[in-house]
Amino acid sequence: MFPPLQDLYRIAPEIVLSFFGMLIMLIDPFVPANRKRSMGWLGFAGTLVALASLRWAFLHRGPAYSDVLRMDTFSLFVHGIVIVVAALAILGSFDYLDRENIQRGEYYALLLFATAGMGILAGANELLTAFVGLEMSSISTYILAGFRRTALKSNESSMKYFLLGSFATAFFLYGIALTYGATRSTRFDVISRALASHSYGALLILGLGLIFVGLGFKVVAAPFQIYTPDVYEGAPTPVTAVLACGPKAAAFAVMLRIFYTAFGSASHVWFWAIWVSAVLTMCIGNFAALVQSNVKRLLAYSSIAHAGYILVAFVAASKVGVAAVLFYLAAYAAMTLGAFLIVAQVGGTGEQRLEVKDYAGLGTSQPWVAACFSLFLLSLLGLPATAGFLGKFYAFSAALNQRVVWLVVIAAVNSVIGAYYYLKIIVSMYFWEPDKDWAPAPMHASMFTALLLSAAGTVYLGILPDRVMQWAIASAQSLLH
Amino acid sequence: MQNQSFVLTVLTFFPLFGTFALLLLKGDDHVWIRRLTLVTSVIEFILSLFLLRGFDLGNGGYQFEELYRWIPSLNIHYHMGIDGISLFLILLTTFLTPLAVLCSWKSIQTHVKEFFAMLLVLETGMIGVFCSLDLFLFFLFWEVMLIPMYFLIGIWGHGRKIYAALKFILYTMLGSILMLVAILWLYHVSGTFDLPLIQARLSTGTLSLPWITQLLMFSAFLLAFAIKVPLFPLHTWLPDAHTEAPTAGSVILAGVLLKMGTYGMLRFCLPLFPEAAHRAAPVIAALAIIGIIYAALVAMIQHDLKRLVAYTSVSHLGFVVLGIFVFNPTAMEGAIYQMLNHGVSTGMLFLICGMLYDRRHTYEISEFGGLAKPMPVLCAFFLFACLSSLALPMLNGFVGEFMILIGVFDSQHFAWATWAATGAILSAVYLLWAYQRVALEKVTVEKNAGLPDASARERVILIVGSLMILFMGIFSPLFTHRMDATTTALLRQMRRTTSYEARAWQSPPAKIQVAGTRHGTAHQLAMNSVSLGRQVRR
Repeated sequence: MFPPLQDLYRIAPEIVLSFFGMLIMLIDPFVPANRKRSMGWLGFAGTLVALASLRWAFLHRGPAYSDVLRMDTFSLFVHGIVIVVAALAILGSFDYLDRENIQRGEYYALLLFATAGMGILAGANELLTAFVGLEMSSISTYILAGFRRTALKSNESSMKYFLLGSFATAFFLYGIALTYGATRSTRFDVISRALASHSYGALLILGLGLIFVGLGFKVVAAPFQIYTPDVYEGAPTPVTAVLACGPKAAAFAVMLRIFYTAFGSASHVWFWAIWVSAVLTMCIGNFAALVQSNVKRLLAYSSIAHAGYILVAFVAASKVGVAAVLFYLAAYAAMTLGAFLIVAQVGGTGEQRLEVKDYAGLGTSQPWVAACFSLFLLSLLGLPATAGFLGKFYAFSAALNQRVVWLVVIAAVNSVIGAYYYLKIIVSMYFWEPDKDWAPAPMHASMFTALLLSAAGTVYLGILPDRVMQWAIASAQSLLH
Repeated sequence: MQNQSFVLTVLTFFPLFGTFALLLLKGDDHVWIRRLTLVTSVIEFILSLFLLRGFDLGNGGYQFEELYRWIPSLNIHYHMGIDGISLFLILLTTFLTPLAVLCSWKSIQTHVKEFFAMLLVLETGMIGVFCSLDLFLFFLFWEVMLIPMYFLIGIWGHGRKIYAALKFILYTMLGSILMLVAILWLYHVSGTFDLPLIQARLSTGTLSLPWITQLLMFSAFLLAFAIKVPLFPLHTWLPDAHTEAPTAGSVILAGVLLKMGTYGMLRFCLPLFPEAAHRAAPVIAALAIIGIIYAALVAMIQHDLKRLVAYTSVSHLGFVVLGIFVFNPTAMEGAIYQMLNHGVSTGMLFLICGMLYDRRHTYEISEFGGLAKPMPVLCAFFLFACLSSLALPMLNGFVGEFMILIGVFDSQHFAWATWAATGAILSAVYLLWAYQRVALEKVTVEKNAGLPDASARERVILIVGSLMILFMGIFSPLFTHRMDATTTALLRQMRRTTSYEARAWQSPPAKIQVAGTRHGTAHQLAMNSVSLGRQVRR
C-alpha cells in the first residue's frame, strides 16, 4: 500500500538527503580517483535541495504516518540547523580530504545519511522513530569518525564512539521498553495522557532515567561526556565539527520533545536530575578545558561546557526555555562549526599543528584566519555583540524567569572560567612570536566560503537576533501548542 | 518619541568609521595612519563640543535621547541619552583620545595600523558606555570595550604584558558577569531593560524590590563597578595593567576606564537600589578610605614611576567613591568633578611617564635624577601635573577634593572626612618626593645628561593638558553648574524611591520608620549644605 502523498511531503528533506546519499554511493565506483571531489559537490547540491524541500515540507506541515513523525515549526528549525551544518561541513571538507588523501564518495554519502537521521530525530513524535533516527545518525557518524583509517587516533576515536555509543543507544532502547511497559505506548501523546490520568511508578521513572542516559550521551551531558575529548580529537576535524553541532542539536530536539511533551507533567521529577547534570557538565567541561594544550581537545571540552549552558535553558521547562535552547543551538552551531573548520585549516597535513603554541603569530601570518578564529572564540566566550552572548543571555533569562537563580549564577561564573582558555588561544595568536619555518596551508574558496558564512551567522545572531528569536519562539509554541 | 536627535549615535560610531577608513590604508603607510587617526579623534572632540551647546542646564533628566526598537522579543531597545554626569565624561574621553594618539606618534612602531584601529574602537566603546540608557546596550559596550584594551596591553605593552592583559580582562569579566545576572533578574522583575523606565517605575512605586533582592542586585552591580574603580581589596589588577600598558593605554585606562566604575555607581547603583546603597554606604566608605590611605602609602615606596602613578589612581578614586556614598549634593558634584580632574591630571602624569620612557626605556626612579637640568620644560610640566594631582589650590584637583571633603563634613561624617584628608596630605608626600627624586638634585646617571627636552609634539600635548588643568581649576562653576540639576534630581529620586519602598514594605515596620526619617534629615542637611557649598565654590 502506498502511503498518502502528504506523508511523503512531510519527510521530503529526509527523502532528498537519502536519495542524494544513495546516488553518490551508486555513482562513486564509476568516478576516477582524481575526480572524487565532484561527489562532494553532489552532496552539497543534496543539502541545498534538502533545504529547498524543507520549505515544501513546511508548506504541508502536520503529522505524518499516523503521527509518528511531525513536520512543524520546531522540526523546521532543527532541520534548518542540521542541514546547514552539513552543507558548511561539506564545503570545509574538500581540501581537508585532499590533504589527507581520503577523498572518497562515501564520506559525503555518510554525511547525508547522518543528516537524514538527525532530521528524523527532529521530527520524531514517538520513541521508536526517535530510536531509528538516533541509530541512523549514530552509525553514520561512527564510520565518519574513523575515516582517516591509517591514523591510529582516528581508529581509536571511531572504536570508542562506537562502543560507548552502542551502550548509550542500548540504554535508550531499554528506557523505551520500560516506558512502554508502564504506559503501553511509545507515542508521546499517549504517554503524556497516561501520566496525567494515573499515578506513575518507579518503572516509568526508571525508563525516563534510561532515556536520559541515552540522549545525555548524544548531547554530551555529564556524567555521560567521558568519550567526548578522545572522539572529537581523533575524528577528522570537519567530522568533529559536524559531531559537535549536528547530533547535539538533533538530540536536544528529541530530548525537548520527550521531556517537554511526553513527560511534561513530570517536570518536577526530572528537574533536579537535569539541574545537577547541568552543573556537572559546565564545571567538568570548563575545568578540564583549562589545562588543555591541544586546541581540538580544548574545543571538545568547550563543547561539553556549552551543553551545560543549554541544559540551563532546558531546566526552565517553559516556552521561553524551549526557545532559548533552540536559539542557543543555532548560535552554537554557527560559532563551533567555524572554530573547528579553522582548526581543520590550520592543522595542515596529517593534523600536525593542533597545539595552542602552533597558533603562535597567526595574527601576523594569516590575519584574516586569526580574526575569524578570534570572532568564534570570543563568541564561545560570550562576548556581547556575538551569537554566543545572545545565546547565553537568552538561556539565563529563560532560567531566571522560572526562578532558577543559583543555577544561573553557577553558569555565569563558569562562563568567566571559560574566558581563560579561549583567551589563551587568542594570546597565542596575537601575543606570541610566530614560528618562522612553517608555511600555512593555502585557503581555498570553498573553505573560505564556509568560514565566511559561519562568521556572518555569528555576527548576525549577535547583533540582529530578533528574526531567529521570533522563529524560535514560534517553534516553542508549535512544540507545546 | 519626538525630536529624536542622533548626535549621540554619530558621536559614538564616528570613531568606528575612522577605524574602517584606517583599514583601507596600507599597513606600512605609518604617516597617514597616524594623521588619519589624529584627524578622526580631533573631529570627534569638536563634535562632542556641540553637546555643550545644546545641553539644557536646568534639566535634570536625560537629554539628546534616542530610542529605537532593537530586539523586540526580549524588549531590548537602542536607547541613548546623557545627563550632567555623562556629558563631561564623554568630553573627557574625546579630549584624552587625541592626546593618546599624539603620545603614541613615535613610540608605537610595530603593527601601527592595528594599534590606532584599536584605539578608535576603544573610543567608540567608551562613549557608548556613557551614552547607553538601556541596560543591555550598556552591558554590550561595557564588555566589548575590554577587547581593544586587552589587545593594547597584550601586544604593545611592556614587561609582563600578557600576564597583565589576562589579569585585567579576567578580573573585569568576573565582576561584570554577576552584573549580567542582576540585569537579567531586574528584567525578570520589571519586564524591561530601559533604565529611565525602571527608574520611573521605582520612583512612582509601581515597581518595588524586596529588601533582599535589592541587596543582592546592588552587590552584583557594585562588584562590577568596584573592580573597575578599583575599590580597595579589588585593586590588584590595576598596578599591573597600568604599568605594563603602552602610554596611550595607561592614559585611557586611568583617564576614562576607571571612571566607568564610579559612573556606574552613580548611574545604576544609587538610583536603582537606593535603600541598599544607603545601608551599604558605611562599608563602602570605609573601604574607600582604606583605599585612599593604603594606596598612598604603597605609592610612596614604589621604585617604578609608572607604578607609583598607578597607585595614586587607587587613592584618588577612593575620594570619588567616598564623595558618591555620602549622598550629599556637594560631595556628589565634587566626586563627578574629581573624576574629570583625575582623568586630566593622571592622564598628564602618564603622558610624562611615557615621554621619559621613550627616552630611557625604563620607569625606574633610581635611573633618573636631576632631569630638570637637561630637560627643564618637561620637568616644569611634570611639576605642574604633580601639583594638580595633589590638589594645589587654583588647580583642578583642589576643587574636587575640597567639594568632596566639604560634603562629607556636611553629612556629619567627621571621622571619614578627617581620615580622607590624611590621604590628601600623603598625596603631597609621594608626588613631591617622586618629583624630587626624578627631577631635582644632581644628574646621577651619565646617560641622562644629554637627554633632549620636550619636542614640539610633546609640548603641544603638555600645553594642552596644562591649560585644561588651569581652566578646570579656575572656571570650575562652568562645569559644576551643568551637574547641578542632575545631582539634585538623582538625590531626590533616591529619596522618593526609598520612601515608596518604605511604605510598600509592611515588615519590619520599625526599621523602615527609622530609615525613612534618617534619610529625611540627611536630605534636609544636604539641602542646607548645597547653599553653603555653592557659596564656597563661588
